[in-house]
Amino acid sequence: MARAVSTRRKLGFTAIAWLIALTLFFPILWTVLTSFKTEGTAIAMPPKFLFFDWTLENYFTVQERSDYFRHFTNSVISAVGSTILGLIIAIPAAWAMAFSPTKRTKDVLLWMLSTKMLPAVGVLVPIYLIFRDLRLLDTHHGLIVVLMLINLPIIVWMLYTYFREIPVDILEAARMDGASLKNEIIYVLTPMAIPGIASTMLLNIILAWNEAFWTLNLTTTRAAPLTAFIASYSSPEGLFWAKLSAASTLAIAPILIMGWFSQRQLVRGLTFGAVK
Amino acid sequence: MATRQTQVAARLMMSPAVLLLLAWMIVPLSMTLWFSFQRYNLLMPGMEYFTGLDNYRYFFANPSFWAALTNTLVLVGGVLAITLIGGTLMALLLDQPMFGQGIVRLLVISPFFVMPTVSALVWQNMMMNPVYGLFSYIARVFGVQPIDWFSQVPLFSIIMIVAWQWLPFATLILLTALQSLDEEQREAAGMDGAGPIPLFFYIILPHLARALTVVMLIQTIFLLSIFAEIFVTTGGGPGTATTNLTFLIYIQSLLQFDVGLASAGGIVAVILANIVAIFLLRIVGKNLDA
Repeated sequence: MARAVSTRRKLGFTAIAWLIALTLFFPILWTVLTSFKTEGTAIAMPPKFLFFDWTLENYFTVQERSDYFRHFTNSVISAVGSTILGLIIAIPAAWAMAFSPTKRTKDVLLWMLSTKMLPAVGVLVPIYLIFRDLRLLDTHHGLIVVLMLINLPIIVWMLYTYFREIPVDILEAARMDGASLKNEIIYVLTPMAIPGIASTMLLNIILAWNEAFWTLNLTTTRAAPLTAFIASYSSPEGLFWAKLSAASTLAIAPILIMGWFSQRQLVRGLTFGAVK
Repeated sequence: MATRQTQVAARLMMSPAVLLLLAWMIVPLSMTLWFSFQRYNLLMPGMEYFTGLDNYRYFFANPSFWAALTNTLVLVGGVLAITLIGGTLMALLLDQPMFGQGIVRLLVISPFFVMPTVSALVWQNMMMNPVYGLFSYIARVFGVQPIDWFSQVPLFSIIMIVAWQWLPFATLILLTALQSLDEEQREAAGMDGAGPIPLFFYIILPHLARALTVVMLIQTIFLLSIFAEIFVTTGGGPGTATTNLTFLIYIQSLLQFDVGLASAGGIVAVILANIVAIFLLRIVGKNLDA
C-alpha cells in the first residue's frame, strides 16, 4: 500500500520536474531546431516545431559568408591557451600552498581570490591603453594573457582544494624512502593530482570560452572569438534567425557537452570550497 | 615539519602566480586611480592636466550615473530574487525521487553553459520579438495583446535573460548543499510529526542559509559586471533604461574617449564590488580554517 503511494508520488514529481526542466531548456532546443529551418520558416506564424523541411543550408552559409571556423579556432586558441598557461603558473603555486603551508598561506589564497572580484570596468581603460600602445589589441597572445589572469585565481583555488585532498602520509612515506623532491613530484604526486588538474582544466576552458567582456572589448576581427562573432549578429537590419541559430548552435554545442561533464567541478570551482 | 629548504622552494613556486596577480591588480588599478584625477580625453592628446576631484564631481552630478546606479541595483536585486527563490524551489524538487533525475539535472544546468552573447540574442529575437517571437505567439493564442519586451519593459527583459542564465547555478549549488543535509535529522523531524512546511522552515532553510549567502555574494560579484547581454541587445537604451554602471563606464571610455571621467566611474565600481567582496571573503576564510 505504502509502496503504491510512493510510486504515485514519484510519478508526480517526475512529471513536474520534466515539465520545468524542458521549459528551462527550451530556448536552447528552439535554437537548435531553428538552425535547421529556412529563414522563412524560422519566422513562420504559428511557429513550426518539428514538421518543416529540414535543411543544413544555414550551416554552410554561416561558414561561407562569415568564416565561422576562423572564429571557432580563435575561441579554441584563447580558451585552451589561457587555461594551459594558467595551469603552468598555478600548479606550482597550489602545490606549494597545499603541501608546505605557512601561516600566511590562507591570506595569500584569500588575496588571490580578491583579485577575481575586481570589476573588469575598473581596469578597462588602462588595459585598453596598454594593449593599444603595445599593439596587443586584437591579437591572440594579448587575449590569452588577459583571460589567463582573470581565471588564475580560480585555477589556483581549485587546484589547491584538490591537492589538499591528497593524503600527506604518502608524501612522508616517500620522503622516508629517500625520494628526492623531483621524484616525489613525478612518481607520487602527479598520478594523484591528474584528475584534479583535468577537472580544473575543463571548468576553466568553459569559463574562458564564454568570457564576454574582454573578448568583446579587446578584439575586432583577427583574434575575435565566437562571443564576438555572435555579437555581430545583433545588427538591427533584417532578421537572420536561422543563421543566428546555426552559428549559436555551433558555438555552444562543444561547451555544453563539456559542461555536462563538469557539474561537480562547477560547484567546487565557483564557490571556492564554501559549499560542499 | 617543513624544512628551510622546502620553504624556499615553496616560495619560489608561488612567486610567478603571486607576482602576476599583484601586477595585474596594482598596475592598471593605480593607472585608473591616476587617470581619475586627470582631465584626459583620448580625442585631445597632449591636453591632459590634473583636476583633482572634478571627474568625481562630474560623474556624480551626471544624471546618467544615478540612472545607471539604480539600474544596476534593480538588475542585481531582480536577478537575485528570481534565482534564489527559484533555485531553492528547484533544488527541493530535484532532491525528490523521480525517474530520469540525471537527465533532468543536465537539462536544468544547461543554460549556464550558453555564452552570454548567444543567450541574449536568442532571447531577444526568437523569444521576445514582438511580432515573430514565441512569447508573442503564446500571448496571441491566449488572446492577450503581446508586449514589445525590449521597448516596454527593457530592464525586466534583461533581468529575465540573466536570471535564466544564473538560475542553474543557484539550483546546482543549493542542491549540493541540500544533499549534505543529514537524512536522520530529517527523518527525526518527520517522526515528531513535522509537516513539510515546518520541516522546510525549521530544518531545511537554516541548513541552506550558508549556501544561500554564498550564492548571493558570488552572483552579486558577477551580476555587478553584466555587460554582454546589454551590449548585444539594447546598447544601454532606450535612453538610459538599461544602462548599468559597467555599461556607462564602457560608453564613457571606449565610445566617448573620456578617460578621466570613465576612470572615476571605474573607481566607484571597484568600491561597490569591494563592499560585497569583503563579506564573501570572510565566509570563505572561515571555511578554510574548518
